[in-house]
Amino acid sequence: MSFASSIYLTGAEIGLSVAALVLLLVTAWTGRAATRMITIAAVAALVGALVFTLSLPNDGVAANAWNGLIRIDGFALFAKSLIYLATIACLIVAPHYFEKRGGYRGEYAVLMLFNAVGMGIMVSAADLMALYVGLELSSLASYVLAAFVRDNTKSSEAGLKYFILGGLASGIILYGVSLVYGFSGTTSYDGIRAAFTADFSTGAMFGVVFVLAGMAFKIAAVPFHMWTPDVYEGAPTPVTAFFASAPKVAAVAMLVRMATGPFGGQIAAWQQIVIFAALASIVVGALGAIGQANLKRLLAYSSINNVGFILIGLAAATPQGVSGVLVYLSIYVFMTIGSFVALLMLRDGEGNPLATFDDISGLSTTSPALAWCLLALMFSLAGIPPLFGFWGKFVVFQAAVQADMIALAAIGIAASVIGAFYYIKFVKVMFFDEPKGAAPAKAPVSHWVVLGLSVLVISPLGYLLTPWLGNLADAAAQALFYAA
Amino acid sequence: MIGIEHYIVVSTILFVLGVLGIFLNRKNIIIILMAIELILLAVNINMVAFSAFLGDLVGQVFAMFILTVAAAEAAIGLAILMVYFRGRGTIAVDDANRMKG
Repeated sequence: MSFASSIYLTGAEIGLSVAALVLLLVTAWTGRAATRMITIAAVAALVGALVFTLSLPNDGVAANAWNGLIRIDGFALFAKSLIYLATIACLIVAPHYFEKRGGYRGEYAVLMLFNAVGMGIMVSAADLMALYVGLELSSLASYVLAAFVRDNTKSSEAGLKYFILGGLASGIILYGVSLVYGFSGTTSYDGIRAAFTADFSTGAMFGVVFVLAGMAFKIAAVPFHMWTPDVYEGAPTPVTAFFASAPKVAAVAMLVRMATGPFGGQIAAWQQIVIFAALASIVVGALGAIGQANLKRLLAYSSINNVGFILIGLAAATPQGVSGVLVYLSIYVFMTIGSFVALLMLRDGEGNPLATFDDISGLSTTSPALAWCLLALMFSLAGIPPLFGFWGKFVVFQAAVQADMIALAAIGIAASVIGAFYYIKFVKVMFFDEPKGAAPAKAPVSHWVVLGLSVLVISPLGYLLTPWLGNLADAAAQALFYAA
Repeated sequence: MIGIEHYIVVSTILFVLGVLGIFLNRKNIIIILMAIELILLAVNINMVAFSAFLGDLVGQVFAMFILTVAAAEAAIGLAILMVYFRGRGTIAVDDANRMKG
């Protein structure tokens, strides 16, 4: 592949990097004066990257860039579009939140851009070195974002905890990577696959397990989930919305590409681990959420629960399974961003968050529109049929059944009933309890737009998208198995 | 004769020490930063040893990347620690408990 075509294929990343660096200089130069302009410019850069990504040829043929370090195929384009979309949504809702607290600075938008670049590299990496650099670029930006409200001790504690456990996870992945490199003799995905198909030793097995364990950390799958509730609670709400959406898509996509690509010849080696992590995440996510009073902690457990369902699709290890993972991820992004934006809008006149169940009791009388939106989101997260969230669960379970994993699907479905408990508790508190606290203050238009769009997608109207989404996801999954 | 096994054993010991340093240490957070650094350096020993063993330069290039990223990571970790210390006035591990978990 020539230099020019490499630049063209990674144009979105290059453009975003340049935009981020320029905006960083502008921020340093102008101080706080231009934060709004910088945010708008960052959103424009991300929209540009999204449009560019969608315009890249997506004809089922994988294109390699930079001597095989980066692979641009249907899977990468699907994941990247989703990542950019989620990042845009999280950037749009951020300024109002921070301005109320007097802590908004242009660096926020810059960090989001760097994060987006890192995530783009993560999902399209076809070499362990590119993967590591992308992963760290995204993680390092995330640690700073978690600690962004500097005068809030909870936020800096969340940043610290995220940094320590994220650093540990990177270390574990890296140790696995070093073993994989040592036992296969190469860092390219195709080379590793060929080497492991020929000879799979115990040392290589250790490498695979370490890599998968580290990645389980990044997607917050049980047993590596303990950082999630603390970080989600402590981080500023727009950042939490971001953590639960875009980086999760990136980490899952990275895991799927890794498991089906370089480790694709040794499915038996990782399938058991993924099945265990899937079931454990569903159960722990559902049970852990039950006792929570804080809404952000509750949604953190809900995201652990959702990761379990996503992993069921991966456990099937078939193109249908991967396609199910992508469909689930797309729906999940809208549900998560919708619910976190709704939480963002729940604040009283002084800007204090309404953060617990007591605060939102009787919301249907004080703010009916918001209550109905939350109702749709919660029922969708619970997977109740007329809403779109059901479809995501349906496709992953279908893939599991088609791969003859009926026990896995049955346990998963049974455990998802437990999860329905706390989603319905939301609805019960909002609609059947007496109002106790203050009514939420008027939310800005940008929040309503993001919330409205999310609710529209997860409403029954979302089913109109299924043929289109399904085709795209199938093509993306085929790209992965074609490359392998 | 020192073979590849010896290097792997040393790096494994360092890696385990690093992980234990994170989980067993109850004193202060600087030690955790040192433990993370130890993990990354254990990986570097692995990388360079495999690279020499295989006669393949990629491992050494990778080690350079890891060193660079480790420096960035330490910088960010210390910066977050500064912010945390300004807010709380302590860097003891057991005091990081504003949120249960």
